[in-house]
Amino acid sequence: MSAGVDLQNVSCDFGKFRAVDKANVSIKPGEFFSFLGPSGCGKTTILRMVSGFIDPSEGQIRIGGQDMNGIRPNKRPTALIFQNLALFPLMPVWENISFGLEVRGASKDVRRAKAEELLKLVDLHDSADKAISQLSGGQKQRVAIARALAVEPSVMLLDEPLSALDLKLRQHMRAELRAIQKRTKVTFIYITHDQGEALAMSDRVAVMSQGKIQQISTPQEIYNAPVNGFVASFVGENNIFKGKVTSIDSGRCSFETDVGAFTAALGPAVDASTIARLYVRPEYSRLQAAPAGGANSIPVTVTDISFEGNFIHVHAADRTGRHLTVETRNDGSVTLPAIGSAQYLCFDAATARVLADQGMKDPGIDE
Amino acid sequence: MSELLRRYGHTLTWTFVALTAFWLLVLVILPQLYLLEESFRLYLPLADIGGPRDVYTLANYRSAFEQPMEWKFWLPFASKPVILPIEAPIRVQVFVHTLLYSTVTTVITLVLCYPVAYYLAKVANPKNVPLLFVGLLVPMWVSEILRAFAWFIILAFKGPLNMALVNIGVIDSPIRWMTGFNSVTFGLVYVYLLFMLLPIYSAIQSLDTNQIEAAKDLGAPGWRTHWRVIIPHSKPGIASGCVMVFMLAAGSILVPTLLASTQSRWFTEIIQQAMFESQDWNTGSAYAFMLLVTCTVFVILAMRVFRVKLSDIAR
Ligand SMILES: Nc1ncnc2c1ncn2[C@@H]1O[C@H](COP(=O)(O)OP(=O)(O)OP(=O)(O)O)[C@@H](O)[C@H]1O
Ligand SMILES: [Mg+2]
Repeated sequence: MSAGVDLQNVSCDFGKFRAVDKANVSIKPGEFFSFLGPSGCGKTTILRMVSGFIDPSEGQIRIGGQDMNGIRPNKRPTALIFQNLALFPLMPVWENISFGLEVRGASKDVRRAKAEELLKLVDLHDSADKAISQLSGGQKQRVAIARALAVEPSVMLLDEPLSALDLKLRQHMRAELRAIQKRTKVTFIYITHDQGEALAMSDRVAVMSQGKIQQISTPQEIYNAPVNGFVASFVGENNIFKGKVTSIDSGRCSFETDVGAFTAALGPAVDASTIARLYVRPEYSRLQAAPAGGANSIPVTVTDISFEGNFIHVHAADRTGRHLTVETRNDGSVTLPAIGSAQYLCFDAATARVLADQGMKDPGIDE
Repeated sequence: MSELLRRYGHTLTWTFVALTAFWLLVLVILPQLYLLEESFRLYLPLADIGGPRDVYTLANYRSAFEQPMEWKFWLPFASKPVILPIEAPIRVQVFVHTLLYSTVTTVITLVLCYPVAYYLAKVANPKNVPLLFVGLLVPMWVSEILRAFAWFIILAFKGPLNMALVNIGVIDSPIRWMTGFNSVTFGLVYVYLLFMLLPIYSAIQSLDTNQIEAAKDLGAPGWRTHWRVIIPHSKPGIASGCVMVFMLAAGSILVPTLLASTQSRWFTEIIQQAMFESQDWNTGSAYAFMLLVTCTVFVILAMRVFRVKLSDIAR
């Protein structure tokens, strides 16, 4: 039922502007695959190329192994859920859902039955005869999903479907979408600029920036082993130091910065000549009264403490004024340093990564 | 109202209101009321006005139903009339033709305008749309008389259209275009095209393009997308275009006069004859009101049939 989707060297130009640049992805049948990236990076454009509303300027798109070139949107085995849902406001809920069956010539009874069945699947009972305008945001969301599922697509394409919902509902719908995907085993291609959403729901994630795919990996890998500065800083928080690689030794490097030398894991495509930055997550950083032997440590001054319940964020500044954060789990026994006190910020070489600036719009982001 | 006051101040607001009221009352309502009153009085010599013969009567309205004669009925695009086996008053015959061909005009304009409006609103590159609109509007700057007359010349038996068609070999001998109601219908369609195009265009334009794409994505071919999504959405625009074109066509005098064939008479011509040739304003106004009322009823009935609400049109 579900089909894989392959993009081979797919690009899309709008006049002189290149919205998508040589995308290469191979999405497996039944996979929950997300494209994650900031606004305007070309996510919607990729989805519209897969659904057939835009023709790629170059490259090939295959769905279930079949070349999609020249196949119109109404002949593709995909169903798209639009960023604004695009439900038909003049049809009642059940006609919206069964529109795809109506197109295929199903009788009214069959359509009605299918609509009821799908409404149950998306947990929306007794709404078949309601008008679209009578539904809440979350209910509209479900109707849009049911409408797309009705045509039994091999691939579902979802364009930020949860962005219009409030936080609570968004989290609920995340789980729901994931469950629907597992139940139907349809390939989901999901688009979002919300990293939490992408990490929580996906089997694999493609992180995009400025039309280019930066990294394709599992959520864990994306978070723990980002390939470049863009991915590291777009997904999750970091303490960042700019500097230069001075020596390299089997995956480890010495990295010289304005506050001293560190040892860290060496990311791909970095050598002594590239401008690079060192990234370490706040949860891998810790504060100590004395420098730690064997680990990286620099003297800092505590500037602020924010208590988040399960986590505690301690903000500190090194001697150049660089803003650094340490995240500690609140296990009920931590003793917090006093604001203004002098401490050492320490991290292990294995948890820090030196990455190239590549993929960044503005390499000068909070250093 | 308070919004207007806040925005324009007292002087300007009351000037607007007064001018609008003046226009409505003095230039629209009062003359109509005057004609309505006149329509119930007889056309009398000056000396009798105010005298015992000057009474309110329905005689003018009744006169429309006099003079029964053989009913020569023109079917759309026919070159010969059908002789119906019943007799009917001549004015009723003209009236039926007027309603019929106003409807034909409306349908043709709709069929021509809908695809163009759709193209302009959703297919054409938005950069070119202003230019296309200028192209559509410029001919409308020329007065209606000239445009209608131009068609009179083009469609003439020995006119350029026939010459061209004969010369390029599409037809063997010239066609008599101006028979029956052909030329009148043609002229009316041409003259009122924009009144149909603009409301439909703005209705289609207001449709979210994603809805069209959603329908396509669910597998709908073009015609079903139009039938189920685009036309239902643009129904108010289509309805107001149709009402406008129908009313304008039924009330048109220039085109039916200029592009008439020997057989096509329009009801407005009868009104004009009464008013200006016979100088009988009383009968003329009676006929005018009959036209107005019947057309209104006809439009309301048509709206019922197509399930259009008045509030849709006003939207
Ligand atoms: N039809 C078009 N013509 C010209 N430029 C376009 C067109 N569609 C998109 N673009 C441009 O392509 C880039 C990518 O657009 P796209 O809609 O794919 O972004 P996105 O990643 O979906 O962003 P968002 O998260 O805001 O929806 C943008 O810079 C946009 O301005
Ligand atoms: Mg988008």
